[in-house]
Formats: sequence, structure tokens, C-alpha cells
Amino acid sequence: MTAETLPIHRQLGMTDEEYRSVTGILGRDPRPAELAMYSVMWSEHCSYKSSRVHLRRFPTSAPWVVVGPGENAGVVDLGDGWLAALRIESHNHPSFVEPYQGAATGVGGILRDVFTMGARPIALWDQIRFGPLEDPKNRYLFNGVVSGIAGYGNAVGVPTVGGEVEFDPSYTGNPLVNVMCLGILRREQLVLGTAGSPGTIAILLGNATGRDGIGGASVLASASFDEASEDKRPSVQVGDPFEEKKLIEACLELYERGLVVGVQDLGAAGLSCATSEPAGRAGVGMEVDLDAVHTRETGMTAPELLMSESQERMMAFVSPDLVDQVLAVADKWEIDSAVLGVVREGATLTIRHDGEVVAEVPAASLAEDAPLYDRPSARPEWMDGLAAKPARALDTDPATTLLRLLDDPALGSTAWVHEQYDHMLFLNTVIGPGSDSSLIRIRGTEKGMAVSTDGNGRLCHLDPRGGSARLVYEAALNVAVTGALPLALVDNLNFGNPEKPAVMWQFRETVEGISSACETLGIPVVGGNVSFYNETEGEDIHPTPVIGLLGLADPMPATPPRLSSAAEGMEIWEVGPRATPNLAGSSAQRVIHGELTGTPTPPDPGHGERIVALAGSLAHRVPVLHDISDGGLAVAVAEICIASGLGAVVDDRAADLLFSEDPHRFVAVFEPGAVELPGDISRRVGMMTGSSLVLGGSSPIEVGELSSVYSDAIPRRMTG
Amino acid sequence: MKVTVEITRRPEIADPQGTTIQRALSDLGHTGVVSLRVDRVIHLEVNGDDPERVKEEVEAMCRQVLANPVLEDFTVEVLG
Amino acid sequence: MRVAVVVFPGTNCELDVAHALTSLGGEAELVWHRETDLSGFDGAVLPGGFAHGDYLRTGAIARFSPVMSEVGRMAAEGRPVLGICNGFQVLCESGLLPGALIANRDLAFICRFVDLEVVDTGTILTGAAEPGQRIRIPLNSYEGNWVDPSRTGRIAVRYVDNPNGSQGSAAAVSNREGNVVGIMPHPERGSDELLGSADGLVLLEGFLRSLVPA
Repeated sequence: MTAETLPIHRQLGMTDEEYRSVTGILGRDPRPAELAMYSVMWSEHCSYKSSRVHLRRFPTSAPWVVVGPGENAGVVDLGDGWLAALRIESHNHPSFVEPYQGAATGVGGILRDVFTMGARPIALWDQIRFGPLEDPKNRYLFNGVVSGIAGYGNAVGVPTVGGEVEFDPSYTGNPLVNVMCLGILRREQLVLGTAGSPGTIAILLGNATGRDGIGGASVLASASFDEASEDKRPSVQVGDPFEEKKLIEACLELYERGLVVGVQDLGAAGLSCATSEPAGRAGVGMEVDLDAVHTRETGMTAPELLMSESQERMMAFVSPDLVDQVLAVADKWEIDSAVLGVVREGATLTIRHDGEVVAEVPAASLAEDAPLYDRPSARPEWMDGLAAKPARALDTDPATTLLRLLDDPALGSTAWVHEQYDHMLFLNTVIGPGSDSSLIRIRGTEKGMAVSTDGNGRLCHLDPRGGSARLVYEAALNVAVTGALPLALVDNLNFGNPEKPAVMWQFRETVEGISSACETLGIPVVGGNVSFYNETEGEDIHPTPVIGLLGLADPMPATPPRLSSAAEGMEIWEVGPRATPNLAGSSAQRVIHGELTGTPTPPDPGHGERIVALAGSLAHRVPVLHDISDGGLAVAVAEICIASGLGAVVDDRAADLLFSEDPHRFVAVFEPGAVELPGDISRRVGMMTGSSLVLGGSSPIEVGELSSVYSDAIPRRMTG
Repeated sequence: MKVTVEITRRPEIADPQGTTIQRALSDLGHTGVVSLRVDRVIHLEVNGDDPERVKEEVEAMCRQVLANPVLEDFTVEVLG
Repeated sequence: MRVAVVVFPGTNCELDVAHALTSLGGEAELVWHRETDLSGFDGAVLPGGFAHGDYLRTGAIARFSPVMSEVGRMAAEGRPVLGICNGFQVLCESGLLPGALIANRDLAFICRFVDLEVVDTGTILTGAAEPGQRIRIPLNSYEGNWVDPSRTGRIAVRYVDNPNGSQGSAAAVSNREGNVVGIMPHPERGSDELLGSADGLVLLEGFLRSLVPA
């Protein structure tokens, strides 16, 4: 049976079971427009049907959480009337099909999720993953994605202030593009995605609607790639950052003047979502006339209008007496608008097109009655094989190992990437890209917001639970070294095919790992995204949870620690539990041995909490703090040398201890005697001096050489 | 032989640039513009004297790199 | 001394510029591009951003905005008109400055600090600086490469190490009279030590000093 002879619901990506569920809800067969709506709303990407049951495990409450998971973005209280909105999203599959536009529209989408809450988006972070750069296809994707993020982010006028890159064969064919956005707002500006009460008018703002992405949500993001993908091409969505900028300013003016009851952005599932979700949340019905939609193409059918993923559109819910003012604001900012409908008593969403009723469904059912799957999960047998082969010790000398690590594109300088992003706009970026975390001030206050984004597919492949927990501790430590206390977390869970028990097992373990670390540290999860089906020709990606952590420094340190502040004669201290020689999952294991085996050192909740608190307090008292992660102590010290231009001497240590990536450790550099560190978890390991780095008994490396290898890691691979 | 390649956005793909320029023209008083799309033209000179073969060669270039098949169509005209 | 900070759709540096001018004691007011009367202002700044998305050509649509005829009048009257980054591009497209801005030589967006040297202190931007003074401020642009086939532009500030191929290593260019200046790097982004440099203040100071009551 070819694709064309499959029943419509199957062509739209629905199972027979799901179809029966729809007929059960409606009490009859669905009309074409109704089926279209259910197919997009119940897609994996929109409904989280394979993950929702497990996501309930996350700890989501804390006194400072204003809006938790379930709205367009999480919102937390920063004190003194300031709120922060944050969200993370993936745009993986579209970026494989068209890297520039896939990444660009990913940025557009996450911005809308944030400014739909009443916040001005003030910063972006991108976490991007590709196959090795030796392969020209991966270079093409890397180039396209970075250009797309730069092209959209810079033009829309929101600084991209940090992020991360990872390269691994696991992502060849399945690049991962995750984007996180932070916005700030005053409490009075908070707006929710509600349709309000009967009589409220629904107004569509922004770009004209075309056939963009039709089938995108239900077909692309919810299915894996195979040979036929090249032909399966729905219209790729094209981003328009100029329209988005106008939309941001128009919406912020609407909020400031109190002109809207609720706002919902149009993302995946477009109008289907922007009508049903706000109505469902408010417990009301709605009447919508599709003839009013401003379109870019002629002859669009009702299903097409309802499934379209045309970009840069928002839905505003407005009290009838304020409609003229809202339309005037749209006019002033030169964006199109259309009065689409009105909120009604009851619970039915009624949609008309060409004078006929094309859909009559219970509004809430599209979101609330989505299937809920508890798919089978089972620990795969090959995990035993991995655990049975501990990581080998290093046989290369430390100097050689270090230079090979600094030359690796995932450990070397990311300037090639971040110098394409404007990270300075708004004049609030105190610590920008290339650091452990970003630090953004709120002008007029002493507050600083620190954000770290962290993922590690290899670590999580070896130990999904322990690896994911370690990412949370790492992110918390990254924000603590700028003086911030961890406040809230968002997660982007990138996984393979959930219909495989091994993948579901990885997923459940990951959720458990993140949850337990959050519980230990007292950090609520305020939102997240799940991307399944990152699988090509049957091969799943490594389980790749990405943690986005927001911390608050109040007050910010007067002089935030910077790697470049190291000076001649300062002592280098390693703080945290003693490292073990276990290199399982480490960069050294990958770069030197090309292997991925063993069981990584698990996190230690007791140390985790103590180290984060200690780092946070030291940030106000020492000039240099640096998290120990990829590449271990050796790379951490090398990065301090590169940033400050100074050499260093590190005491004699076994090579494996120099490159161990065991968790809960950081480096502190300060004048002798400047601070007292707790003796049980700290030790002096060296001194900043001279113009070369000496690791134990290894031969000295000139700082100039460290710098040039580090700077050239990505560029030298991109000129090929 | 001189060859002209026109690379055009596939009609169903959004053209934000075209839309913006059309609006700007309207603001300047040129209200009669019904549609506007911005595309690319590439002029090449290619060795060879068989127009059919040159056309095939350039079409191969378009498929490989000059056009992005996800977003664009192309036409190749050999001028002689 | 009132400065009009012009905002086109897509401009995004207006608040940063206004803040920097205000911190030096200037009076900055945001003016929407449809405004047709700037008679109450002593000078104008066109800030950075992406006016009209940079569609067609950067600055090509913005130059026709209603406000630009007033900016042109101010320029003709000898009043200080400063274009920063995108603003510089708009001034070139309007013919208020010679030449044009094209893509950076290496075809990538550049966002980093650059070292500059003041070469001509006889302009409304450089009047508070010393000849040869070194300044370190951020450059954030894709089309920052200035070309001037007419060779009539006065170079006011040069890059010490040309990052984008700009003709004559020009970072800031003035008209013959010295009252219309375009600068590609952002002085307002070099106005706070905490963020890396306050060197840009001497340029903004020069601009404010050049204002004379309307």
C-alpha cells in the first residue's frame, strides 16, 4: 500500500486508535478540517503524548514560581516587582531539511513563546549538535544553522549571549538545534494565554498565512528520517525577523496599555492551537471565521488554514470596546491584523469557511484529550557491555593530551560561532559568550541574571540517570561561579524513537536524574520541550537532555570573576571532592582513545549542594572562578592561561586526574592568603606564573601556542 | 558560451523581502504593484560549443550548489 | 540641547544610544520615522539596528521615510547629524554621506571589540578627542565595509587593523563640512567599564558639544 492509498488519518500521522478516539469524542466521523486539527494537536511535538506521563515526575513548585509548566513560558519572581520568563525549544528536524531557515524559525518561535507572556525578550542561547566536521555535510549544516541563528537573532534585535556546541557521530543525520530565551517584565505586565470571557474578540496579528509547514508538526517533527525524506517536503517555513521585531514592539505596547485579555503565539499547529488552547484554558467556546484570515496564497482550504505554520503570527484576545485601539496599534507598527472570531458561552469551538461550518469540536478536547501513552521501557542489554569495559587510562603525556583536546572543536574556542552573534545589544551583557555562564544585569537594580545551558550526549548514553543529574549540578555550578543562586530550570529532552523500549528507558532515567538533582538543590522545573524521533535509518541519537538554568545574583558581585583576571603569583586551588581517574564519558576518552565505555562517576548530592553554595559565595571574593568540566582540570587551567595571557605551573598529578571530569569541582585563583577555603574539600594545585603552562612533569607549553591551537580549532576545519 | 541562470523562490515559500519592498513602494505612491518577488540571476561563461551539453552542465551545477532545492527552482538559458 | 534619536521599524539600538547620551547630560528623545517636524531639535542620531529588515539593500527603504527630509534639512543647515552602524548605512543611501556600505570582506557578521585611531578631529563626532587618540569600542555588523568610488569622503576615524575591508580602513566618515558623520562601530556600546570599555564616551561627548541651539 503506497502512501497515497493510506486512509487520510494515517497520512496525517495518526494511528487507527487515535482516530477512534476522535470519533468517540465527536460521536461521529470527523470532518476534514476537524481531522486536520486533531492530527496536528495530537502529534508528538504538540501533545507530548509519549512523554507527558513521565514529565509529571519533575518537581515544579517553589515560592518564587509565578507560572509553572503548561503555559507558553515559565515565569519566576526576581523580587522587587521584577519577573523573568524563560523557555527552551527544539527545531531539530527542520534544521536538517533546511539548516538556515530551520534554525532561524526556531529562534522566532522561542521568542514568541516568551513575549506572549508579556515579557520583552532580552537574551537567547543556542545549543547545537552535529556530526564530526570532517564530513562536508556536517560543515554545511553547522554553517547553515549558525548563520540562521545569527541572521534571525541579530535582525530581530535580541542578543545571543551564550550556548554550546557538541560534535558526535550520533548526530550525523540528526543535528540538534535547541534555543533558549529569557525575557523580563514587571509583574503588572504578565499576560496569560487565555481567551477570557464570552464576548471577547480574537484578533490575528502578524504575517499573512500561507501553506508553510503544512504537515510540519504532525509529519516532520513526529517522524524519523529515512531514504524517502528528501521527497517528503512540506513547504519549509521561512523566518522574517523584521516582522517579528515589529510584532514584539506592537505586543509590548498592547501590554503596557492594558489592551489585551490574553495572548497566544502561533507555533506548531498554528490556528488550531491558537484558538483551542486559549478557549480550553478559559473553559469557554469560540466562533471563528477563516474567511477573515489574511492570506498569502489563494485557494487555501480550511484544513490548510488550520494546519499552516506560517511564522510571525500572534493571537490577541481583546475586550470588544478596545478592538479599535488594538487595530490602531497594529497599524502604527505596520503589521497586518484580522478580526477572526469571538468567544462564546459553552465549550464548543465552531469554525466557518466559505460560509459553511467546517469544524465543531469541544475546544478543550484538542489539548486535554490528547492521547497519553505509557510506552514500554526496558534497560537495553548493551548497557551491560558498556559498563563491563571501564575507560582505559591515558598513555599520552599530559602536554600532548592537552593540545589535542584544545584542538577539538567541542573544546576549542567558540569565537567562530559567537562572533557571528550580536551579544552586546541592550548594554546589559556583563559576562558574555565563551564563559561558564552568561551574566545579564537589570539596569537600575543590583540584580544579575546568570544562565547556563549544558548537555552531554555521551555521558548520558553511558548513564542516563547519573549523567542527567550531573548536568543539573554542572549548570548550577556554572551560574554559581558568577555569584548567582540557582532559581529555575528548563529542559530540552532530545531522544530517539520512543516506540523502542530502550529509548523510553533512557527517557525515564533522564527524567528521574534531573528530578532528583533538582530536589536536592531546591530548583523547580518551570518548563521544557521534548523532541523524540531523532533517529535515522534505525539509529537513535545518544539520549541528549539539555539543561537551561537561570540563577539570580542579588546583588551581583561588584567585580564578577573573569578568567582574564588571573595575575602573576596568584595561587590555583581545586575545590571539590578529590578526582578519581575514571575517564568514562570524558572528552579525553573520546579524543585520545575514540571510545565510549565504562560507567561515569555518579553525582554526589551531598557535595553537589555544598559546592554550589561555596562557589556562589566565593564569587564575591576572588578574581577567578572556573567550573571543571570538559577536559578536566588541565583544560580549565589552560583556559585561564589563554584568557589572561599568563602561564602556570600545576603540581605533579597522574595524567588521568588532570583530565578527569568528575562532578562538583571548580578552580579558584587568588592572591595567596586572600581567602580561606575549607580544608576537607580544597587543595592548592599550582600557581599562575611565567609564560608557559607546565602540567606536572610534562614539557612546558608556551601560552601563545595554547592560544593559537585553541583559537584555530573550529576555523581550521571550516575552511576546507 | 554565455549562460544565464535564474534562481527563483518556489512560489509557496514565503518571501519576506518581497513583501517588505512591495509595501515600501506602496508607501512611495506606487500602489499598483500587485506582487513582487526578489530572486537571483547568475551570469556565467562556460567553455564548450555544444549548447545542449553546456545547458546540462549548468543544470547540474544548479542542482548541486547554485540553487537550494528545498526553497528554490531554477531555469538555465544558454545565450550562445 | 535636544537630540532626536530616529527610530525606523527594525531599529534596535535607540534605547542604548538614548541612555548613553543621557548619561553624559544630553537630552535625547525617540522620534518615530513618520515624524515630519524636527524643528525643535538641535541634532539627530540615526542609531543601529535593521531598519526594514535590511531588505532590498541596507538603508535603502529607510532613506525614504518621512523623517529623512527633516534630517536632510538639518544636515544642510550645518547641524550635527550622526549615523551609527545601520544609521551610517541610511546616511549613505540618502546621499548625505558619500559611498556605500557592503558586506564584510570575510562574509561573516563581526561582533567584537576593535581598536580605532582618531585621524580627523574637525568633525562633530571627534571634536572632543585628540588627533591620534586610540579608542577601543565594539563593532557589530555584517555590512560594515565602506566603499567610496568618488573618493570624496573625509575619514574621521580609522581601524588600526582593518577587520572588514573598509576603504582606507575607514571606521567613521564625514561629509566635507564635518557636520554629518557615519561611524560603523558603536560608541554607545563602549560607554561602561563594566561591559568592557568606556572609550566611546569621548566620541559621544564630542557630538553633544557640537550641538548649538536651534
